[in-house]
This record gives sequence, structure tokens and C-alpha cells, in this order.
Amino acid sequence: MKFSFTVNRRSRSLDLDPRVSLLDALRDHLGLTGTKKGCDHGQCGACTVLVNGRRINSCLSLAVAHEGDEVTTVEGLSNGTLSPLQAAFVEHDGFQCGFCTPGQLCSATGMLGEIEAGWPSHISASLDGEYELSQDELSERMSGNLCRCSCYPGINAAIRQAAETERDT
Amino acid sequence: MRPFDYIRAEDPAAARSAAAGSNAAFLSGGTNLLDLMKLEVMAPDTVVDISRLGLDAIEDDGDGLRIGATATNSDLAADMRVRKHWPVLSRALLAGASGQLRNKATTGGNLLQRTRCPYFYDTDTPCNKRTPGEGCSAIGGETRNHAILGTSDHCIALHPSDMAVALRALDTTVEVEAADGTSKSYEMDDFYRLPGDTPHRETVLEAGDLITGVRLPAPKGDRQIYRKVRDRASYAFALVSVAAVIRMENGRIAHAALAFGGLGTKPWRDPDFDTLLTGEAPSRALFDEAADVLLGRAVSHGGDDFKIPMARRVLRAVLEEATQ
Amino acid sequence: MTLDLKVDGQSEDRAETYAQGILGTPEDRPDGHAKVSGAATYAADDLPEGCVFGMLVRAPGHGGVTVLNEDEVRGTAGVLAVIRDPRMIRNAAQGTANAAPVQGVDQADYIGQPVALVVAETAEAAQHAAQSLRLRTDGEAGPVNPDDVEAEGEPDTMGDLDAAMADAAHALDVVYTTPSMTSAPMEPHAAVAWWEGDRLTVRSALQMLKYNRNELADSLGIDPEHVRLLAPFVGGGFGSKLGISADAVAAAIAAQELGRPVRVVQHRRQVFETVTRRSETRQRIRLAADDRGRLTGIGHESLVSNLPDEAFSEPVSQATYFAYAGAHRVIGERLARLNRPASGSVRAPGEAVGVTTFECAMDELASEVGIDPVELRLRNIPDKDPHSGLPFSSHTLARSLNEGAARFGWADRPSSPRARREGEWWIGTGMAAAFRVNMMLEAEARITLTPDGAVVETDMTDIGTGTYAILTQIAGEALGLPVDRVDVRLGDTTYPPGSGSGGSFGAATTGNAVWLAAQEIRQAIAQRMNCAESDLTLKDGTAICGNTSRAVVELLDGASLEGHGHVTGGKAFQDVRQSTFGAHFAEVAVSDVTGEVRVRRMHGTFGAGRILNEKTARSQCHGGMTWGIGMALTENMVHDRRDGHIVNRDFAEYHMAVNADVPPLDVHFLDERDPWAGPLQAKGIGELGICGAGAAVINAIHHACGVRVRDLPATPDRVLAGLE
Repeated sequence: MKFSFTVNRRSRSLDLDPRVSLLDALRDHLGLTGTKKGCDHGQCGACTVLVNGRRINSCLSLAVAHEGDEVTTVEGLSNGTLSPLQAAFVEHDGFQCGFCTPGQLCSATGMLGEIEAGWPSHISASLDGEYELSQDELSERMSGNLCRCSCYPGINAAIRQAAETERDT
Repeated sequence: MRPFDYIRAEDPAAARSAAAGSNAAFLSGGTNLLDLMKLEVMAPDTVVDISRLGLDAIEDDGDGLRIGATATNSDLAADMRVRKHWPVLSRALLAGASGQLRNKATTGGNLLQRTRCPYFYDTDTPCNKRTPGEGCSAIGGETRNHAILGTSDHCIALHPSDMAVALRALDTTVEVEAADGTSKSYEMDDFYRLPGDTPHRETVLEAGDLITGVRLPAPKGDRQIYRKVRDRASYAFALVSVAAVIRMENGRIAHAALAFGGLGTKPWRDPDFDTLLTGEAPSRALFDEAADVLLGRAVSHGGDDFKIPMARRVLRAVLEEATQ
Repeated sequence: MTLDLKVDGQSEDRAETYAQGILGTPEDRPDGHAKVSGAATYAADDLPEGCVFGMLVRAPGHGGVTVLNEDEVRGTAGVLAVIRDPRMIRNAAQGTANAAPVQGVDQADYIGQPVALVVAETAEAAQHAAQSLRLRTDGEAGPVNPDDVEAEGEPDTMGDLDAAMADAAHALDVVYTTPSMTSAPMEPHAAVAWWEGDRLTVRSALQMLKYNRNELADSLGIDPEHVRLLAPFVGGGFGSKLGISADAVAAAIAAQELGRPVRVVQHRRQVFETVTRRSETRQRIRLAADDRGRLTGIGHESLVSNLPDEAFSEPVSQATYFAYAGAHRVIGERLARLNRPASGSVRAPGEAVGVTTFECAMDELASEVGIDPVELRLRNIPDKDPHSGLPFSSHTLARSLNEGAARFGWADRPSSPRARREGEWWIGTGMAAAFRVNMMLEAEARITLTPDGAVVETDMTDIGTGTYAILTQIAGEALGLPVDRVDVRLGDTTYPPGSGSGGSFGAATTGNAVWLAAQEIRQAIAQRMNCAESDLTLKDGTAICGNTSRAVVELLDGASLEGHGHVTGGKAFQDVRQSTFGAHFAEVAVSDVTGEVRVRRMHGTFGAGRILNEKTARSQCHGGMTWGIGMALTENMVHDRRDGHIVNRDFAEYHMAVNADVPPLDVHFLDERDPWAGPLQAKGIGELGICGAGAAVINAIHHACGVRVRDLPATPDRVLAGLE
């Protein structure tokens, strides 16, 4: 089945078996192997990408259902030089084996947008208003991305630093 | 995954007719459907994509709210009207899954979320829900997260949703369009079936029936709580959860609607429980009596015995908080 | 030439005298850029031209295996082969096995054993065909529960523990259990295999290539010289990738049969079954103490399990032998042979579960005696290994306890449980000691110094541990080069064989090989400078000897210098007891309503000799401590009691810690050198963080709410049972 979408600002057309997940389309048909398959069932977050600006698990999505969508993967987070978020991950050792990292980065990017949009979380004391990127808010909002190396302290420090950099510029 | 025909429906009528065949599935968020299709626990021969039918609106409907079937969990949880007037729904949604999954999962899909029973997921073990008449592997097996209310000799699978628990406490109705275009509307209690001897039939939906949305009536209580107990701090299914909608008048409980997750084969609500509380002044004794009514009907299976004392304690804490 | 060292005694700390100043500093990982940009290539990221896709098929039951519809599946569109080859392996090889594990597809010894491989033109076709293959097994489930069989093995005894218990002022006799657990690296096991003539190349997810090559060759019945393994990036291992796994062997067989490259990625559900799990344990712990809490007797007897014909037995009490004084002892394991999936090494085999439970028992003893738990440990530190009588190479437990307690603020702790409450939450603190044996294996490494800088080559792996970083620093320090002029190349069996990653020995073993290779180059440079190597200073590409200073590039004169290092652990690891030590402290909140536990903060002080990179070492400790939280609170791989199969084999139901479970983790390293540990004077740090971490949490639960949980993990239901 043919369909077209935009991946990392570049339009792409594919002709795929409808069974192919967005994740496998990216990895095996577009050669964008930065996005990882950790569980293939939406239980680890390693496959997180941004679709139309929102973070989703690309493993639980059919590629053909993304006709016309804009997809951003880890390869699209930077243009040659590392983004502040990527650089902060290196600085704070927000990874060890690196396998969950692309998903963490895409998830963090989407999550910062959600905070910006004023979305509450499970641990928010109140459902009205603005939310700060506190340790608890950050941890809860990033809990859909498992890291077995358990670099959560580094991941969280990196995200906070990048968010502050972003805010200050 | 078994091969299937993928159809991107152009409008609801086309979707319904495309799905009227015996083995079709509507694809909305896909977070549970594709999960199960990958394991061939579900194997539709036609997948009808309804994600672009414009069924995602969240609209005022008199003093209530109409929520489109494909409104995502994220959008629904963040909707300011929901946050203000039906906060138990926001809370339940936010307590479920992960940020990524909530961005994809939808209202209609979540209502149809299937059990997490590990034997249902394991195609090498018999399961009556997956293959009618095959037998139930959970009975006599590992039952830590199974249902203790509404079970039968054929199935003890738990309904895993958080959202649907809140919707039950809010007296939500489910709106359905049948294959022939007729509209139907169900109370949540009628929408879900008990397993009985047909655990594979979980709702009243017939082939081609499309959930178009749900309707929340005006909130009947201003004190709304969703409390969920789980094995880790986030991203885990409920061991026990309670959605409570309470209104207090002159120190008495004027309206009580409680629904439970982690306990039932469907999002659970017990009318006797609500009735017992209504009109009464809150007290520890009253709460315990109500818990006796609810949990007196429970049948546990060893691994899930703990749910009875756990539910009792959570229930008491929620009622204390809601009636303060 | 090769500079060889068998580490038989103490080494001089030469690094201290070097000038580059990058050994131990918190350098960023040189592989970081690739990892954050998606450029790092893991096993399944490679898709050679013409590659086809294989999917393993699991046995649904026990006994003889028959395939009912092989021809039908083979005839399905896109399917290329249904392979049932006697060379396929039953389960992943044990660490350092160096030979094939049990092989064959006709007999299923456990449910989930891979018994076929389906290969198809596309991944989707392969997966569906694998699911369509109908298998029948004809056997009854063998014994699947530890109590159903006579277990093998006798404990070691010294003195008379029964008498010591009877005479003790305080005697504790308790049983702790820990469940099966899984490594669950985020990268599933995967292999891409292709042949060129009789030469096989496999890109895979492996920890110990030197051994894995022999395991794969032995499985296939070919010459190891004909096998090349590639694993430049490995998405975590934690023991599960120590040995060759079913995907690699099956991919190699299929690639040969089809004459095409074959990729086999294990489904996450398969990973739970086919790679080795951490055995469940039942541990009886007996402690006899005098009125001041000094131990007179120690009993630590454990029941563990494994499949028949597996050599591994979870060494639960490995650290108990030397942890504390106490003359009368009964220590050891018994092994039940069960038809459950194979068990093997999972991060800190032995100590992870053994120290954790033992440190819980020590907390119980402290309560019995009525003394502070830190004080109880301090009173029982032995001056030599009480079992072997060997001296310790270094001993930092007392320092860890004292410094850790001060940093955590332990002194402010109320002495009794249930003393602090915030709303519905009981607040408490707990501590535990950490022990982990220190080992050295054998490793080789090569350094080529060119005008551009140094290239370090070894088949050592970086499974997230920081190998790229520390080998860069070691070579750079010894050769006087900044980190950006050192290029470390790993994970290719065409390089000299490193130690592989496992058992916390990788950094020190392969690191010392790199160090030796650098020493050889230093000697050559010194010769060109006409001075003794000991008088040579190398810094930022300049060689200095007395008043002479020359650019190393000039000395090279356009050519390169090669150094080759080879290290082996010798008598220093037999005649002296080497261990790392530490102390964990945790603060938890326990809900009086639900029994839920939240860890609020955690501190670990660790002594592991020289820390080679403070940043990566810290991350390793964060990882270990987080695993401790998981072991204490959530991780539990459940076997069906009827047939032993793993019930919860996915990440939704096997609960490893998520971000929200992990509070700020504070890590402090003791400034220490261990001269017995080799020229770098560094010991392993990758596993120490998990040893005892869970006990600090379990003990804090008791301090918070008064509930002793002896069956791990302390899930809400188990805590609630104590609160009821």
C-alpha cells in the first residue's frame, strides 16, 4: 500500500505491507535506525518519535496510517551540531548503553511541549494552571521511557538544563 | 500479525459498512489493538482506520459534555472543562499508561481495552476469552492481577481501564451507530457484559457497530477523587482503583457514585453500595458497612486475595477524603 | 612484542606520577555523540544487501517436539525456510562457557525453548509464519518447583553453628526469599549473520566476544578462526549477553542454508525465556551474637535452581564467607534441577540477592540487640577473611559506613520504628553494607601511536559501562594525549581479545591490558629520547626527559609505534582476598493506606580502588542502586506453578523501576588505591551498587512502619499484610 509522509522535514513515499509499523518503516525501509525497538508493544518507550509534534510509541502505529503526517525522529532533532538537549544528555551522562536514548530524547522534546501547553500530570497537585518542571513532574512525565541502565538522574538533569537553556534564549 | 486489508474510511457510514463483515476491527489509536494483533491474540482480516473521521471533538452538550470516540486520552485529560467539572476523569486518564500512549489512545478504544490476563496474551495457553470453549488457564494459575467481582467459572479476567472506571462513576452513556446507520445509546453498565459462559463477548457491540462518542451528564458531585494503587509509581496497571463522585449536603452524603478498577471483569459499580451511602452522615462504620456490601460479593483466587483488604482500606481513605 | 603481566603481587602506582591528568576525571563519553544522534549502530541496526528475516519459535510445552504443519508454513507466501537444526541451542550459554550450551530442537526442556526458526523475505511474513507454526509437545512437565526435587550440594561448615546459636545472647533464624528476576537490557538479543565462503560474520548483542566466538563456532562445528563477531555498541547486557544466544546460532545456520544474510531479533517475550534468568532463592539465615552484637556464628544456606546440564549455580553466599567475623559457620547453596528456563549470571550474581537478604537479617539482629545498625556492622568487621584466613587487599567497609552515615545524615534517625509520619505516609530510613568480590580475568589490547594520535584496539565491549571512555583515558594518561587524540575501537574479534564485559572485571582487566600496551610505547619513546622510561613525562603530545622536550610526532618521524599489552590475574587474586565495599542508605515513605512504598532519597558510599572516570562510575552506581530499588519493591518474574513457564514476560507486567520510582541518588567514592588490583589499582564498580541496595530499602520500610518483609519484592500487598 502506497502512502506519503514527511520524515525529518523530508517528504517520503513508501509502498508497504499494511502490517509494517511506523517503527519498522523508519528503521528497515528508510534506514533511520536511530529509533529503537525495545519491546514492540508500547511498554518501554525506546521507539518514541514525534508525530505532528506529539510523542508517540512508533511500534504501536501502522505506517500506512500516517499518510500526510510529519514525523520527527532522533536523527531530525539536530542539524549537524547537537541540540541543547542532546548536548545536555552527553554532559550529564543521561545514558549508558544508549539504546533507550533516542526515545528519551524524542519523549523529552514532546514532554516539554506538553508542559508548555499547560497539560497536567498524574502527580500535579492541582488541575488548573501552569506546571513547573520539578523533579516529581519530570519523573512522572518521563516514566513512559524505561532505562534499564537506570540513568534517570542524568536524564532528568539533562532535560532540566536544556529546558532552562531554552527558556533563557 | 496476520495479513489484513487496511481501509482508511472517508466517513462514518463507509467505516461502518467496511466493518460489517464478521472479522473486522476499527483502528483508532491502536495502542491495544496492534499490541494484540502482533501476538495474533486478535487477528482481524479487515482493519478500518477511523482516526480521521473527525470523531475527536469534545463539545458542550447542554450542561454535559460530548466526547468524540477518537478524542485522545491526552486531549481529554487536558480539556479545561473536564479538568474543572469532571476532574475524576482527568485524574483517571492521567493515572493510566504513559504520556506517549495517552497521545495515541482514544476514548472509544479505551472503552474496548482488553484484559491484561497473561493467559489471554499467551496463545500457547488455553483461554476462553480468546478461543471460546478452550478452557481458562488463569483459574488454578497465577492470579495476582485477576478480577474478584463479576467472574464466572469460565473467565476471571480483569478489565484494565482507568478511564472507564471514572466514566462509570460519572454516569456516562456510550453512543453507538450501528452498521445500518441507526443510533443507539447505552448506560455503561449495559454496555459491558459479564463473562458468564461467553467471555469472548465483552460488550453489547455487534459487527459494524461504531462507538461515536460518550456523553457525560452534568457532574452530580463536586467532590471527585480517583485513587489508584499500583506496583510502581507510574506506568503500571491498577491493583485497585477507586473513582468517587460525592456531593455533600448539610453534613450528609447527598450523592454517592463510586466505581472500581482492579476488581471487576468490567469497570465495576455496585448500586447497593451507592444506595447505602446516600443520605447518610459519613462515619467509619458506614464506610466499613459499604465495603462489606461491595466486597462481600467478591470471590478471590489466592493470588488476588489481597485485593479485598486493599480495596477496603483504599475505599475508606477515599470516602474519608471525599466527605470531609 | 608484548608487554605481559601476571598480577601476582602489588603494583606501583605509576599513574599518580603521570602528567596528562585525565585518569579518573569525569570526562564525557567519547561515544556520546553517536548515541544521542542515533548514529550508534546496534546489532539489529544493520541490514546488509539481500538480508532476510528469521523468527524463533518457542516450545509450547515440555518433552518431544513435533511440528504439525511445517509444509503448510513453508508454502506460505514469502516464507523461505522452516529450520529445525540440531545445532540450535537450548538456551544462552553461561558466561565464559567458551563452548556450546545444550543443543537440539527435538526435546523441549522448558517452555519457551527455541525449537525452530522461520525465515521469510520480510519481518512481517517471518513473524506471522512463526506464529502459524503449530507445535505439539508430548511430555509431562518435569519438576518445576524447587520443593519438588532433592537438591544437590552441601554447605561448608566451620565449628558448631547449632551450639553457637544455642549459647548466643541473641540468635536470629529467619528465611528470606527472592524471586526469579531478569536482566532485561533495553536492546533485545539480536544477530545479523552472513557468510563469505566458509567465513562467517555475525553482528550481535554480546558481552564477551572472545568466548562468544568459541561458543558460536562450537555450536556450528566450525573453526573459531572462521568466525568474526561484531558488537561495537551493545544495548545493555547485565549478564544476559555473556554467552552466545539462540538468535546468533540460528541466524548463522539459516544464512548458510539460504546463502543470504539473515537477521534474527528475539521478540521481547522470547528474551524473557531464552536468556538466563537470576535464580529464585530461598535463604535461611542464622545469626548468633553475644550481648554486644558481636557475631559468634553465621548460617547462610540457600536453595537455588537451574536446568539440568547447566554448570551455573547462583553463588548466593559468595560474600557471606568474608563479610563478617564469626567462628561457627554453615554457608553454601543447594541446587534444584528444574525444568524452568535456565538461570545464570544477572548483574552481581550471588551478592545481588545474597548480600541483600543477609543485610536485611543484620538489620533484624541490630533490632534484637538494640544497637544501631551501622554500629552492628562496625563491630563485626573481620581483620582477615574468616573463611580462608587470607588477608584483605584493602578493606573500606568501616570508612564507607562512617562517611556514608555522615553524608546521609544517619545520626538524626529516631532509633525506633514508626516514629515519623507525614499524613498517611510512614517515613523511615535504613542502611546496608555492600560487598562484591573483585576479579581479574585475562585481556589483550593493542595501541598504535601515529602522528594523529593513538588508536586502541581490543574486542572488549562497551555495554553501557563506559569502556570507550575509560580506555580513552587510560591510553591518553599513559601516552600524554588529550582525549580527542585517542580513538578506541571495540567489539570486533579481529582485534586483540579483551576480557569482555561481566563480573565487574572488564574495566580493570582490559584497562590494565591497555595500560601495558601504552607502557610498551612509552619504553620505545624513552629509548628515542635516550632516557629511562621512568624519567619520561608525556603530556599533550610532548615527551619530556630532564631538560629535553620533543614533540612525540617528531619522534615518530612519520611512522607509527605499536604497543601490545597482555594481563592476567595471578596470585594477587588467590593469595589475597580482594573485594569492593560500600554502604547504602535509603529513606522511604510507606503508605499506611495502600502499602505502597516510595523511595525518597538514597545515598551510597563506595570503595573500589581508583575510579577511572568519575562520571561513568557514578552512572554505574546509579544503575546498581536503581536495580536495588527494583529488587526491593517491584521485580518479580513469576513462574506458573503447574509448568514453570514465565507468566509475566513483558515490560507491562515485569516491573523494572521507571523514572518516577527513582529519587535523587547521591553517590560518594572513597579516595582509594588497591595495589593488589593491578597497575591501575582500580577495582570493579559495575555491580557494587546493587549489592545490598535493596536491603537499605527493605530495612527502611521496617523503620518506617514496623513491617518486616522477608519475601521480596515488597509489593503493596505484602507490606499491607504486615500493616493489617
